[in-house]
Amino acid sequence: MTKVYSKKNDMLLMVIFTIVVLTMPIWLAPIGAGYPDLVQKFAIYGIFAIGFNILFGLTGYLSFGHAAFLGVGSYTAVWCFKLLSMNVIPAVLFGVLTSGVLAFLIGYVALRRSGIYFSILTLAFAQMCYNLAYSVLTPITNGETGLSLVKDDPRFLDGMLGVQVVEGLPSTSLFGLKMSGYPGFYFCAVLLIIAFFIALKLNRSPFGMMLKAVKSNQNRMNFTGLNTKPYTLAAFVISGMYAGLAGALLAVTDPLAGAERMQWTASGEVVLMTILGGAGTLIGPVLGAGLIKYFENIFSAFNESTLHSIFAFLPDWVEGGVVWSVSHFVGEGWHLTLGAMFMIIIIFLPGGLVEGANKIKSWVMNRNSKTSDDSGGSGAAPQTSSVE
Amino acid sequence: MGILQIQNLGKRFGGLKALDEVNLDFQEGQVHAIIGPNGAGKSTLLNCIVGRLNPDVGTVMFNGNSLLGKKPHEINQEGIARVFQTPEIFGDLTLIENTMIPAFARRDGAFKVNAWSRVDGQAEIRESSEHILEEVGLLEKRNVIANTLSRGDKRRLELAMCLVQEPKLLLLDEPTAGMSRADTNNTIELLKKIGEREITKVIIEHDMHVVFSLADRISVMAQGTVIAEDKPENIKGNPVVQEAYLGGAHL
Repeated sequence: MTKVYSKKNDMLLMVIFTIVVLTMPIWLAPIGAGYPDLVQKFAIYGIFAIGFNILFGLTGYLSFGHAAFLGVGSYTAVWCFKLLSMNVIPAVLFGVLTSGVLAFLIGYVALRRSGIYFSILTLAFAQMCYNLAYSVLTPITNGETGLSLVKDDPRFLDGMLGVQVVEGLPSTSLFGLKMSGYPGFYFCAVLLIIAFFIALKLNRSPFGMMLKAVKSNQNRMNFTGLNTKPYTLAAFVISGMYAGLAGALLAVTDPLAGAERMQWTASGEVVLMTILGGAGTLIGPVLGAGLIKYFENIFSAFNESTLHSIFAFLPDWVEGGVVWSVSHFVGEGWHLTLGAMFMIIIIFLPGGLVEGANKIKSWVMNRNSKTSDDSGGSGAAPQTSSVE
Repeated sequence: MGILQIQNLGKRFGGLKALDEVNLDFQEGQVHAIIGPNGAGKSTLLNCIVGRLNPDVGTVMFNGNSLLGKKPHEINQEGIARVFQTPEIFGDLTLIENTMIPAFARRDGAFKVNAWSRVDGQAEIRESSEHILEEVGLLEKRNVIANTLSRGDKRRLELAMCLVQEPKLLLLDEPTAGMSRADTNNTIELLKKIGEREITKVIIEHDMHVVFSLADRISVMAQGTVIAEDKPENIKGNPVVQEAYLGGAHL
């Protein structure tokens, strides 16, 4: 098995990625996912998963508390909308910054341990953040109700720049361009492309190689004269900043922040996305995020009456049973579907969807090479360049 | 005065004296072997040198600086590389990456965020890595994942990883443990070949064949102390050594 990255392939990957992301509303339309609210989610959770993968995929440290950074990014962004400006730029910048600071603090403590202990520490910190947001810090977070915009927010920056006050609640904007609908999606999409580009650069850099070395053998790293602690901390902070960016974007597209965004289920979800798509691969986390958000959207929208209409072709006595059993996997219970899907992937494709794609690719190439040289002779095994 | 000096070193594990007043002086450029029966304290000694264990008493001086209390990565940055009993390599990475990482560590120090350049753009690092892989005979496998190598090749790779750092002192903990006769002989040849460099080597070894083919000087340890130190030809005939090590049998 060999692995060679070339600059040309990476450029190609970048170009394809950009095109695919920007045309999402078009090619997702036939499967009912082309509308702005959903493609926005794909982009935002894609960023979240890419960032998570920088920590988990490269260094192997499994954080179970990344939702804390997502939440902090959202709260910060909403506060920026309240205090500074409805422009999204400061909100995004401060969202990334505060979550970076929080990641530094949590990482500094949690990275004293590795393996399961690290995971538990991050989980504990995230739950602390959740509880702080939910009750203790109510003046800042508005507790259970969640933080939202109100009519008489000061917005000092807007006031100074003389932005016109509109009737009712103002909406988020990028220098006057309203961040709702497709402009909102394209804003997130551009950031997703930048986030992906940075992740790609990291992956191919000496720094990224060191992070992979951390995952592979920390003992050898130490005896090679490398201090693993700052490397893991840097990865943790970068990945926390990605999560903060995703959180801020959630607030950009919908200026609300609630404590439930920091719940452990949200931390678990990003783990699922990354593993489902393929941890350690570049494109995997984005795929996983898209798939989970798509299924969440599709399956949770089903209810009994839609099921009845789908299975209407069946005889009545069969239909009742089928609808009864399927109904547990859709709507509120769509997590059952997610769980089942996750199990199937882990058992049959531990490397995630990307591994699946590579398997299919090498199978096809094997077939082609067999048909092309019938003259016999073992020949060189076809080199599969992985999607990574 | 040698490059590495160990004075009055002691280490206890509970009631067990693993090291007891160990005094050793390693001369620059020599191959110094440490032999002794199981439990003699050889590995404990090595772990005290590289910072894995902290001795209770005594000093470890390298080039006139104390190594005590330093972390493993700091000790490596001083110029001490170590080969482990079971090869410690980056199993998930390719061979060239395996040798580039120590080369980066040597050039950039213990930590550097070098995130904006490409690994494959680092011509100088790549050249030295390829050169060292060629020397140990692994250049053709440079893009292979290291875990797929045989035991003997893993040992070669680990040696290459140490050598690419151009260390002043190379510590080898049973470099031929668990190897076939052929692999052992290959490793001896390789160690002789790299012996042409000015690297001081400390070898801990059970295999007398390896020790007598490589060592300039031999120290014999038993029950936590050094019981004899001499040239190889004198060690062979030393009755104290034969008694302690071999229960009186002749080498």
